[in-house]
Amino acid sequence: MNNLENLYRQVIIEHYNHPRNKGLKGYPQVHLYNPSCGDDITIEAEIDTETVKEVNFDGTGCSICCSSASILTELLKGKSISEAQNIINKFYMLVKGENITGEDELEEAIVYRGVSKFPARIKCATLPWKAFEQLLDGDKNEK
Amino acid sequence: MLKVKEIRDLFPMYKNNPNLIYLDNGATSLTPQTVLDKMNEYYSWYGVNIHRGAYYLSYKATEEYDKAREKIADFVNGDFSEIIFTKNTSNSLNMIALMYAEKYLKAVDVVITSELEHHCSILPWMKICQRKKAEIRYIPLDDSGRITVENFRKVFDNNVKVVALTYVSNVMGYISPLREIISLAHQNNSVVIVDAAQGTAHFKIDVKELDCDFMAFSAHKMLGPTGIGVLYGKKSELLKLEPLEYGGDMNQSVSKTDVEIKAPPFRFEAGTAPIAEALGFAQAIDLINGIGIKNINHYCASLHKYALSGLDAIEGITLYNPASDAPIISFNINGVHPHDAATFFDENNICLRAGHHCAQLVSRWLKCNGTLRASFYIYNSYQDIDRFIEAAKQAVRFFKKVIR
Repeated sequence: MNNLENLYRQVIIEHYNHPRNKGLKGYPQVHLYNPSCGDDITIEAEIDTETVKEVNFDGTGCSICCSSASILTELLKGKSISEAQNIINKFYMLVKGENITGEDELEEAIVYRGVSKFPARIKCATLPWKAFEQLLDGDKNEK
Repeated sequence: MLKVKEIRDLFPMYKNNPNLIYLDNGATSLTPQTVLDKMNEYYSWYGVNIHRGAYYLSYKATEEYDKAREKIADFVNGDFSEIIFTKNTSNSLNMIALMYAEKYLKAVDVVITSELEHHCSILPWMKICQRKKAEIRYIPLDDSGRITVENFRKVFDNNVKVVALTYVSNVMGYISPLREIISLAHQNNSVVIVDAAQGTAHFKIDVKELDCDFMAFSAHKMLGPTGIGVLYGKKSELLKLEPLEYGGDMNQSVSKTDVEIKAPPFRFEAGTAPIAEALGFAQAIDLINGIGIKNINHYCASLHKYALSGLDAIEGITLYNPASDAPIISFNINGVHPHDAATFFDENNICLRAGHHCAQLVSRWLKCNGTLRASFYIYNSYQDIDRFIEAAKQAVRFFKKVIR
């Protein structure tokens, strides 16, 4: 499998074509936009003092960005805040091609390892995660 | 016909990236060794400040710097005093917007621009109009996305103080009908500001013949270095403006209460200039003049035509500007986000621009999420185009397989 086929792995395309948890329900949200390529993602989440209870997204953009948002919503729902932060950090390391321990925690998101061969696309993959991280930090856009 | 093989040998980027297919010339051109050598010569032999030192090396640096400005003035048929060095086109257009508006723009005044503009030709005016409560008005584009004289007439009236338009659109590649627009605008004493960033590398632009009041362009889109651009202004117009910045080198004499400023262009250039870059810019113009702007135009047009016919034959590609005047092709692979497609080309060492190209109003007009853009210059070969077309075919196949 060459780098490009590896990048566009079935699971990425599957989430791009059939996004999960797409559509916002009105929880606190963060909208991030990459003006150079047009990736435009809003992540919303219901987070209580300990747990990520629900995560949804909406937006448009390239396959890497949109699929990454879809996978994020499935992966982080139900996690504790510290687990979520830990997964986010591992995801950032993964897309940069750094060695990580406890890969299993990333579940399906492990397919984004291929992004490390395409540095120009790291921003696409991480945009939804940056938005979620801002939600964890308590930032949210005015609705 | 250009001797492309010989031309390519002038560019170290090809030596260092042997398989490079560089088709992002609309963003920036590659830099020839002669330009690098000239900048190196300055730093290595007479790398001291200009205008200030009373010693031979400073005299030499000043002489080279003045020669560079003279050469750039000649290139657009302006005068030495009308060429202000800036950082780049954006800087030039912001400067003129601020200098002009501060003094002359009032509420009820109108600024005309278009949706084809690069952001740097719209945003300075948008913000100033908000502040001054003036109106920004857009020329309606025709069905193919062009600015027309007829549509300019529809929005032009006595309240129009400024017309800010592109010479060539950086996405659609259309040349604006500026001569007619300028002469109409001047009947009403409106000033016309031209964004020529995409124009100077490809077309002979004569500011006297065009009769524009101001014009901006950048060195790095025409074989020169980054970090230097030009604001051309008609001398009579420049004399009506106050400098934005005060400081070193732009003044004649200073008292405790006042300052007497130098004549244009120096009054608009406070502080130490990008000296090496100015020299490099002039060297780039030498190369362009040596090849001949007509020959460049001709050669790039034939590459453009060749590439268009190749792309047009591929099913699954949308071309947005088949009638482009400049060698710029905006397209998409149907159903594929331009950023995804650009990565495929990148894997084949083909550099394309993807996205909004700093012109989001054009993407909106085209009703798309951005485009891929291929833009050609003198070092591109027919083989480059063949490999580009082949990659486009493969990209269509690849994405058909993986996406839907």
